[in-house]
Amino acid sequence: MVQFALNHAWLVPLLPALAFVIIVFLTRPWPKVSSTVSIAAILSSFVLSSSIAYGVFTNPGFIEKPLVYSLRWFGMEGFTVHVGVMLDPTSTMMLFMVSMVATLIQIYSTGYMEGDPQYSVFFSYLSLFAASMLGLVISSNLLQMFVMWELVGLCSFLLIGFYTFKISAREAAKKAFITTRIGDFGMLLGLLFLQIVFGTLDLTELAQRVPAFEQFGISLGLLTLIAILLFIGPIGKSGQFPLHVWLPDAMEGPTPVSALIHAATMVVAGVYLVGRTLFLFAEVPGAMEVVAFTGAFTALFAATIAVTQREIKRILAYSTVSQLGYMMLALGVGSLSASMFHLWTHAFFKALMFLGAGSVLHALHHKADVWDMGGLIKKMPITGWTFVVGGLAIAGIPPFAGFWSKDEILAVTLEYAKHGHTLGYVLFLMATFTAFLTAFYMWRMIFLAFFGKEKPENHPHESPWNMTFPLIVLAVLAAVGGLIGTPWANWWSRWIHFGQPHHGEPAIGLMLLSVVLALAGIGLAYLLYYKDEEKRTAQELAKRYPTLYRISFNKYYVDELYQWFTRTVVDAGANVLYWFDIHVVDGIVNGLAGITKTSGKGLRYLQTGKLQTYALVFFVAVLVITVVLAFGDPTSAGIMGGGK
Amino acid sequence: MATGLNPSYFVALSAALFCIGLYGAISRKNAIAVLVSIELMLTAVNINLVAFNKFLTPEAFIGQIFAIFVITVAAAEVGLGLAIVIAIYRNRKSVDLDDFDWMKW
Repeated sequence: MVQFALNHAWLVPLLPALAFVIIVFLTRPWPKVSSTVSIAAILSSFVLSSSIAYGVFTNPGFIEKPLVYSLRWFGMEGFTVHVGVMLDPTSTMMLFMVSMVATLIQIYSTGYMEGDPQYSVFFSYLSLFAASMLGLVISSNLLQMFVMWELVGLCSFLLIGFYTFKISAREAAKKAFITTRIGDFGMLLGLLFLQIVFGTLDLTELAQRVPAFEQFGISLGLLTLIAILLFIGPIGKSGQFPLHVWLPDAMEGPTPVSALIHAATMVVAGVYLVGRTLFLFAEVPGAMEVVAFTGAFTALFAATIAVTQREIKRILAYSTVSQLGYMMLALGVGSLSASMFHLWTHAFFKALMFLGAGSVLHALHHKADVWDMGGLIKKMPITGWTFVVGGLAIAGIPPFAGFWSKDEILAVTLEYAKHGHTLGYVLFLMATFTAFLTAFYMWRMIFLAFFGKEKPENHPHESPWNMTFPLIVLAVLAAVGGLIGTPWANWWSRWIHFGQPHHGEPAIGLMLLSVVLALAGIGLAYLLYYKDEEKRTAQELAKRYPTLYRISFNKYYVDELYQWFTRTVVDAGANVLYWFDIHVVDGIVNGLAGITKTSGKGLRYLQTGKLQTYALVFFVAVLVITVVLAFGDPTSAGIMGGGK
Repeated sequence: MATGLNPSYFVALSAALFCIGLYGAISRKNAIAVLVSIELMLTAVNINLVAFNKFLTPEAFIGQIFAIFVITVAAAEVGLGLAIVIAIYRNRKSVDLDDFDWMKW
């Protein structure tokens, strides 16, 4: 079984793709059959992925030598593209995580989407997404990855705009697609550069060639440019500043979609891509600094926005942006291990919290404002307590998963700073402050939504088993999923690392610091939003610092800035081009037509209709021809002199 | 063959006949007169054909056969032309070419 799974890893993405085809062409009229097909496919993928994971994680040989097999996809003279599978601990971990979360979320969706007229379509999209995401994860070359990358973008677009009757959903879908496309354009340029310079997009070959980039005749500067271009793709996909604007709006989609695509899997594709091409980034310290600072800044930036947001899914969305920033930061300071570890734990607790939010929205009939909730934990104990587990995990309370991974990131950042990167201390400060903010805004939400006084107008009820079951599984994983990477027995970094495995001593001081910060955040939230039943202090604070509050609540006006930019600069440019099109391009075409028309108008007066005039013209012409033939120069190459 | 006869007489006759025909075809207003003038021009051509056949290739009949063709075609052409003229006359009560100008702009 294990050997079979290892040799047929391509089946993992293929099964959901097959489910997509079956649902679209066969089972669409029968919703229950469609969801069964979809879940059966993803469950089989999960079983296969588990076998692969077993095979890979019991054989240390895979760390140094990944299992790669590929087929020729297409090619031309001097350029061949393969499509293939690359199994190493990193991709196997992703494969396992993605297929597991996708399975749980599809089960959850059977409850959440029940009765939706587009139920079958929803499951077909979920299957297509699972297929593309799993395909992205196992890609052995960057072009294949790029194709899958665009496919997951397409699925994201389709699923954000799933409620097509909502204008906001349609707008959000367009925004997501266009914003990520901007990033993908940079990435495509990066890929083209890589192909031109190194002649291959195969990950294994690139990993061998890039360190010797000087032999390929390019300077460090150009390599930095390539790396940064490549990084623009992840900026878009993983919601990094300044292309983060689409991710909060993406919450217009159904909540399982937010959990699957916009929290656990697709948005981490950017992190995964940078992790995959870390051999390139590691060569160029400049690009690494860009990655690290983008990550740290995004983490802090999104966290300060999340503090004042009111909609439950929006808070979670900004939290996702912030956590993705952490992952980027970890990559930027050179630790694949910490980044992937946070990716792994984040997938569980964030999917858990999104599904919990979905359960709440389901119960409250899509009333999204946390200020309108309260005391939900009494009526919805499973949702509530699993949500609390998620909150503890993301805040970084040991022994929950988020603590270990966040601590790991803080540790590697501090180590990076100690190794001569003075700016690393700035990164470290940003990261620690973000940790405090994270604990605060998460627990603000939890206290507001689940504790405190119940609102009489709400009639919440616990969700059905197919929604609570995934919550429980994810809660268990969010609780214990980090234990495989504790500093005392760091099984994780032994398997997933870049360069030398990390052998840091457990930094007790740092752990204490992060726990204290987390507790401080939770404590502050407790004081402001639980102890103070009228929430007077919180409102007074908002009133006392109205500018700060407004900036945060309005997300630093980034959307407005973009809108302003579109309305002024882009529209002005468009107007210039419009003028050019109307006056120059159309002018040439219309001018040619005009010349034909006017000349025709003039020439028609030659057509007198008098036969004898025509006859006279014939005669004169014949006369001219005769004269030319008789007296003209026979050697000249004119019309008449053509013949000898 | 009479000794005084040389091709230039025939060519001159033919040219004169052709010019008369041409003048008539271009200047006469009566459609039937124009058809007659065209016949004159064709006759001028026939004279040329037969004469050159006689002087240049007396052993072959190319020119004469060609002349017969021209006569045949001319007969057909005149028949057709007269039919058209009659048809127009029925419609317009006129055979004046100046009235036949409804094919202009």
